[in-house]
Amino acid sequence: MENILEIKNLNVYYGVIHAIKDVSFTVRQGEIVTLIGANGAGKTTTLQTITGLIPPRSGEIIYHGKSINKIPGHKLVSQGMAHVPEGRRVFADLTVYQNLMLGAYTRTDKAGIDDDLEMVYTRFPRLKERVNQPAGTLSGGEQQMLAMGRALMSKPRMMLMDEPSMGLSPIYVNEIFDIIRKINEDGVTILLVEQNANKALNIANRAYVLETGRIVLEGDAKQLLTDPQVKAAYLSE
Amino acid sequence: MASFLTYLISGISLGAVYAIIALGYTMVYGIAKMLNFAHGDVIMIGAYVAFLIFSTLGLNPILAVIVSMLACTVLGITIERIAYKPLRGASSLSVLITAIGVSYFLQNSALLIFGADSKTFTSLVSFPPIKLMGGSVVISSVTIVTILASVIIMIALTTFINKTRTGQAMLAVSADKGAATLMGIDVNRTIAITFAIGSALAAIAGILLCSAYPALSSTTGAMPGIKAFTAAVFGGIGSIPGAMIGGLVMGIIENLSKAYISSQLADAIVFGVLIVVLLVKPTGLMGKKIQEKV
Repeated sequence: MENILEIKNLNVYYGVIHAIKDVSFTVRQGEIVTLIGANGAGKTTTLQTITGLIPPRSGEIIYHGKSINKIPGHKLVSQGMAHVPEGRRVFADLTVYQNLMLGAYTRTDKAGIDDDLEMVYTRFPRLKERVNQPAGTLSGGEQQMLAMGRALMSKPRMMLMDEPSMGLSPIYVNEIFDIIRKINEDGVTILLVEQNANKALNIANRAYVLETGRIVLEGDAKQLLTDPQVKAAYLSE
Repeated sequence: MASFLTYLISGISLGAVYAIIALGYTMVYGIAKMLNFAHGDVIMIGAYVAFLIFSTLGLNPILAVIVSMLACTVLGITIERIAYKPLRGASSLSVLITAIGVSYFLQNSALLIFGADSKTFTSLVSFPPIKLMGGSVVISSVTIVTILASVIIMIALTTFINKTRTGQAMLAVSADKGAATLMGIDVNRTIAITFAIGSALAAIAGILLCSAYPALSSTTGAMPGIKAFTAAVFGGIGSIPGAMIGGLVMGIIENLSKAYISSQLADAIVFGVLIVVLLVKPTGLMGKKIQEKV
């Protein structure tokens, strides 16, 4: 399958701290790829670098065969890349509806936006019930759904998801992972960053393990589930 | 009673000017998280441009308003681009000092271009005053236009923010620049638009202010600028209704103090009220901990 995203020898610094060290990986069309690793391993930094929130020191980010290193973050949305950020970052004072419409900010096809709004409401019935409520009044799980729905409103070909299960109750965690799988089945390629390695490996096709800014292990997700190294470090629940 | 009404109405009118200026402060603060202390001087430039078109060249007053708004819009965007944009991410103290620098730059440029002598601004509004209560209350045409203008601006701005894509983008940028970028919003462009709107409003404020108080010099915008900034803080900085209410309250207190207490003490009273309000409610009248900012 075709590579939708290709990261080559990426290096990112925070001041003098070398946060991402020579990281390379690929995501193919239609896959769920997960980056797992402990807190501070550089998972979020990697995603933020891809979507242009942090500039890389060196290396290349290739999306659909083109380097996007120099493309400002806001222009990636209209190229089909959506990022569901860590901590959800919904616009707390704005209503659920306003949040969703901001997700469609780059689009002008009114009919398509309406269709996708219906699609989001079908996928997340709870959002429809709370459509006029300020996003800040939603529960953590609902806010995560809103953040995902908001990203879907841009009609993405690829979604980067940063810790979607963080801070959620076990019921919500299962629901969120089900939704991620369904989004993927509908044709959206997914790059998933997770601390919940067990869940992530269960829905992913392939996985990369990050340790202090470096990729230390990669392979088929189901195989990594049984890998003794991974088991010892990340699956001890 | 009649004199009280007269003072009250002119207080509302003065407050409406403060409110229009305060909107510029509060919008820029909400979006760019900076205090644009040069905002008051944009008012002065706006008034000079209108003076040139209307009094010096003798052209149409409406044209004077439009050209003045355009000039201030360009000025506002230019200031943001040259002075503030390179400091994005710098400490707020650096930005504040830069803003004060821009303020002095504008004042001294005006001094150089227009000279040190104060100009007598001819009011752009020239229909006859309205007399109420058998002529004991006289409302000048400038007063009426000022109040009307502020109401129209308030409605237009609220509609713009709530109903347009750009307005929603402004709310998003004000809440979370990173998340706004992830929505595909060009944060820099949104900030520039905010400066453009604030500066166009400053032009209107400058014209209305000088139509009511006709002495125009390079420091004309300084004091109203500070008072409008106070009004914005008073109302809760970042809040649009707060700026409007803050401006009105400031104008009314100032005018009534001048009339009934002491014209020398009026400013002290106004700022005294601000201090009391901030002691009781540090976020200002309409300010919440998580407020709707723009």
